[in-house]
Amino acid sequence: MIYFDKVTKRYGDTAALEEVTLSVAPKEFVSIVGHSGAGKTTLLKLLLAEERPSEGAVFFESIDVNDLPSSALHHYRRRIGMVFQDFRLIPNKTAYENIAFAMEAAGRSDDEIASDVPYILELVNLADKAPLFPDQLSGGEKQRIAIGRAIINQPDIIVADEPTGNLDPINTYEVVEILKKINELGTTVIITTHNKGVVDAIGKRVVTIDRGKLVRDDAEGRYVL
Amino acid sequence: MNLMIIKRMFVSGGKSFIRGGAVSAATLLIMTVTLAIISSLVFLSALLSYTLNIIENKVDVSVYFVTTASEQQIFAVKDQLEKLPQVTSVTYTSAADALTAFRARHANDQLTLQALDQLGGNPLDASLEVRATDPSEYQSIVNFLEASPALSSGGASIIDRINYAQNKEVINRLSLAIQATREIGFAIIFLFALASILIAFATIRLAIYTTKDEIAVMRLVGASNAYIQGPFIVAGVITGALAAALVLILLWPATWYAGMKTAGWFGGFDLASYYLSHFILFFLILMLSGIALGSIASVLAIRKYLKV
Repeated sequence: MIYFDKVTKRYGDTAALEEVTLSVAPKEFVSIVGHSGAGKTTLLKLLLAEERPSEGAVFFESIDVNDLPSSALHHYRRRIGMVFQDFRLIPNKTAYENIAFAMEAAGRSDDEIASDVPYILELVNLADKAPLFPDQLSGGEKQRIAIGRAIINQPDIIVADEPTGNLDPINTYEVVEILKKINELGTTVIITTHNKGVVDAIGKRVVTIDRGKLVRDDAEGRYVL
Repeated sequence: MNLMIIKRMFVSGGKSFIRGGAVSAATLLIMTVTLAIISSLVFLSALLSYTLNIIENKVDVSVYFVTTASEQQIFAVKDQLEKLPQVTSVTYTSAADALTAFRARHANDQLTLQALDQLGGNPLDASLEVRATDPSEYQSIVNFLEASPALSSGGASIIDRINYAQNKEVINRLSLAIQATREIGFAIIFLFALASILIAFATIRLAIYTTKDEIAVMRLVGASNAYIQGPFIVAGVITGALAAALVLILLWPATWYAGMKTAGWFGGFDLASYYLSHFILFFLILMLSGIALGSIASVLAIRKYLKV
């Protein structure tokens, strides 16, 4: 489904990633671990086509992400649900509107939005927070809204960049449980994390990156750094 | 782009504007000041034109006829002058009218009146006061008069004198001054308008800069560039239209008060009457400027955040 083929990404003379080759199969749950600056976020940015590789290629199914023209990027990104460490909710939209925005952007009808958004709010256990703005929500609630926004269009893959980085242990646990549930329902999930507890709780494949290089790829969910 | 998407852009733009709070209020305020400056420049331009027209209308050339010239001959000249495209008006003053006016003007000057009585009869000439469309046209009118066959009676000219030669220097200087004032005035107006437009542009850019992270998120959740731009353009249009409406409302008491205080200085130019009689012009200038400023500034400001 996803294939990084000898991908190198340089910023000036500094290599953020060096000849990384990695494949992710459909319905997999992959945790990418590594120190700060190891290249985890760069890897995700390349997948989202926010950045272009200096060498190598990134494939999503049969699509070479490098070859996508700017005008087609938004169609491609609708197939990926994105969750960020800092939530990145739109501040002047309510919880409901933040989730609905992803559907609106995908051109879904008002009827579909009216039926799907309340369902997703129920799923992330925030139905009563629908009319609240992000600054009226706790960190954990914001992240659950962000997950709701990521899954609303039923993407092929969820990409979560340090999704528990700003959360306390209880909220971290809740977010991990939601991501596991999404994966069990058949969606591929890729997360980056520093958190050993999160990796252990997930108990799935772990890819370790160190100074831009892929150093371990364990199927059994071991966090070794 | 279908109707559903357009409707969403309008709804989202409206909500963004309302929820923008202080940022929306600041943008609206700056836009209102910009449009107020533009409208005061329209007033300034009208006042400048009005004043220059008054000065221009004070310039004329008088053609004095010999006492032997008949009224019929003078009217023939008047008819010919009125047919010239560069002539706006020709006023006839008979010798008797000139004498009456002279006596009225010197009613308190007994010495002059006594001297006039001692002369006996009417020593003043009949005359035509000629006004041109532009002060620079007087030379051509004088040339026409000097070459006209209607001005001679039995080989002698019926014109006693034309006061153009003595006024020529003053008329030429005045023409140059009027032209220079007009050009400089409009250049200053243009510069002020440009400066205020740039300030409005910068404010809108700043307002959009505060949402750059939001724009990045919109891109990452798969919104197309047009879908991201739409609500910002709508918010810009709302800001421009609201600012224009505010200025149109505020101009009424402002021109009424300023008109009351300044009518004496401006030689009869009444700001409030001018505003009311040109309301449609003001409405169109302010609405179109506001909407164009708001939308164009939004498009230009957001463009850089849409690049991948």
